[in-house]
Amino acid sequence: MTANSTHVLVVAELERGQVKGATLAAVACAQQIAQKTGGRFDILALGHETSSVGDALGKYGAGRVYLADSSDLKNPQADKASQVITQVAKTAGATVVIAASSTFSKDILPRVAAQLDAGMLTDVLSVTAEGNDWTLQRALFAGNVIATVALDGPVKVFTVRASAFAAPSPSSTASPVASVELNSAGQPNQIKFVSCDEKPSGRPDATEARIVVSGGRALKNSEDFERLIGGLADVLGAAVGSSRALVDAGITPNALQIGQTGKVVAPELYMALGMSGAIQHLAGMKDSKRIVAVNTDPEAPIFEVADYGLVGDVYQVVPELIQKLK
Amino acid sequence: MKFLVPLKRVFDPDTRIRLKADGSGVETDGVKYAINPFDAIALEEALRARDLHGSGEVVVVSIGSTDSQEQLRAGLAMGADRALLVRHEAEIDSLAVAKILAAVYKKEQPNLVLMGKQAIDDDSNQVGQMLAGLLGIGQATFISKLTLPADANEATCCRETDAGLEIVNVTLPAVITADLRLNEPRYVTALGIMKAKKKPLEELTPADLGVDATSRVRTLKLGLAPKRSAGIRVQSVDELLQKLRAETLIP
Ligand SMILES: Cc1cc2nc3c(=O)[nH]c(=O)nc-3n(C[C@H](O)[C@H](O)[C@H](O)COP(=O)(O)OP(=O)(O)OC[C@H]3O[C@@H](n4cnc5c(N)ncnc54)[C@H](O)[C@@H]3O)c2cc1C
Repeated sequence: MTANSTHVLVVAELERGQVKGATLAAVACAQQIAQKTGGRFDILALGHETSSVGDALGKYGAGRVYLADSSDLKNPQADKASQVITQVAKTAGATVVIAASSTFSKDILPRVAAQLDAGMLTDVLSVTAEGNDWTLQRALFAGNVIATVALDGPVKVFTVRASAFAAPSPSSTASPVASVELNSAGQPNQIKFVSCDEKPSGRPDATEARIVVSGGRALKNSEDFERLIGGLADVLGAAVGSSRALVDAGITPNALQIGQTGKVVAPELYMALGMSGAIQHLAGMKDSKRIVAVNTDPEAPIFEVADYGLVGDVYQVVPELIQKLK
Repeated sequence: MKFLVPLKRVFDPDTRIRLKADGSGVETDGVKYAINPFDAIALEEALRARDLHGSGEVVVVSIGSTDSQEQLRAGLAMGADRALLVRHEAEIDSLAVAKILAAVYKKEQPNLVLMGKQAIDDDSNQVGQMLAGLLGIGQATFISKLTLPADANEATCCRETDAGLEIVNVTLPAVITADLRLNEPRYVTALGIMKAKKKPLEELTPADLGVDATSRVRTLKLGLAPKRSAGIRVQSVDELLQKLRAETLIP
């Protein structure tokens, strides 16, 4: 296989009709691969009423932007979405299919990999591509071990960790936009969307914010969480996050969970307030540029990773922070 | 209903991970093993559904060396009816695991595959979705609630997504993957362990199932992730603010 036959297909993720920021990390990865291998990349977005998305995605040097637009794809489910992605990957001759890591891509891409008979990696941190010899890095054991692996086979599928690839700047060129022919008669129909309780909070998403203010079990109820963690986040224009303990207790919604089994973030500043620093939580935030920890227990493990540690009670420290930052 | 529940043998979640001195792999000496926590949750859910329905069968399956018998016996002690061990010692990736499970599925014909959303060792979060893709059946991933009447031809699932809680109806048969908040698995009792000894545990190989278990993922090297070193302790909120401002992290 000649090196320049590398052809990456990036699957974009949309949220309320807009491209999610993390998608650009996958685009950055595709640009890197295309450059190193002399190959090229395309972008595919699935959704309903996606026309404005074509322009937004066309600014990064993709050979083509594919839009799969259908009311069936409004809240894309894995059965239909994977079929569309597989179809586009096959027709376009993609040798690599990637997306930014999220519950969207983790739900759908493994299914695509199975349909393409391709090996897959989750949450890739870096890619070294030389011709068909590829090595990739990813984390194992809640982020404690970094594995360097080879991914064999004619087609490769992986998700990339958004914080590991800096978003590219848009250019003035525009990629051609192609709409994907969808044959709704041949679509699977095994998964039916009923509802989603998504509540736009007005705050940035933790995976995209410069600052994340995160609370742990020290917060006794959702009113306190909102007043202290939410209040501090708002004076800083920050996102909020939480440990699993608060989600389990019903104090915060699952979408806020940071960690091995929640979101992985790497902001400029992560404020860990009233949480112990369990390895499963660290897996989701230890690559943050700066970490602040506030905890009443001077021995709490979170202090082992904190750049600035303050032994204190969040019920005193946080109101003081809010007041002094106002 | 018949449930198929895959169980993976993993390190206990509290294990402090060390590498072998020669860097050839993760140190396994003195390590305690457990059923992958997400798989235990999936098994608990299957057991509850079977018991609520008043009939049905729960079959647990593991892929690995004979050591995995320990986790299968633990699954039987929790209440599963029967166990299958597909013996395979070499490195194996998610796709090969899914191919083996697809072959087991065809042999067993369950109404539902209930499995963990990810294994806490490789954190891949792929096998359930791949299995559903290979079989061309429906899937519901990362679920925190399952509604499954005994005579149902679909399951109602609450999924934990990045955006929030999503409800979907999935046609049976299907693959459903469990998130942490689905339930709290029961503890194994002495009686359960006694009973488990008499339950069937069948062994087979990928070749018996006609599956080529070659892994497309090959581990070349393992290294410990760079450790963060602890920074400094500040004595007051003012000192903290001053440090953060000095780095222009906050206004
Ligand atoms: C398979 C698996 C997956 C997991 N995935 C995740 C995950 O994705 N994310 C995650 O977060 N966890 C995860 N966990 C759970 C994790 O192991 C911990 O149980 C959890 O992170 C603890 O949350 P916490 O730090 O808020 O609570 P605790 O560990 O209870 O810590 C509370 C801390 O608050 C301090 N404190 C108490 N009161 C105050 C006060 N007034 N002011 C200041 N400090 C105070 C205490 O000293 C203590 O250090 C997972 C566990 C397992 C087994």
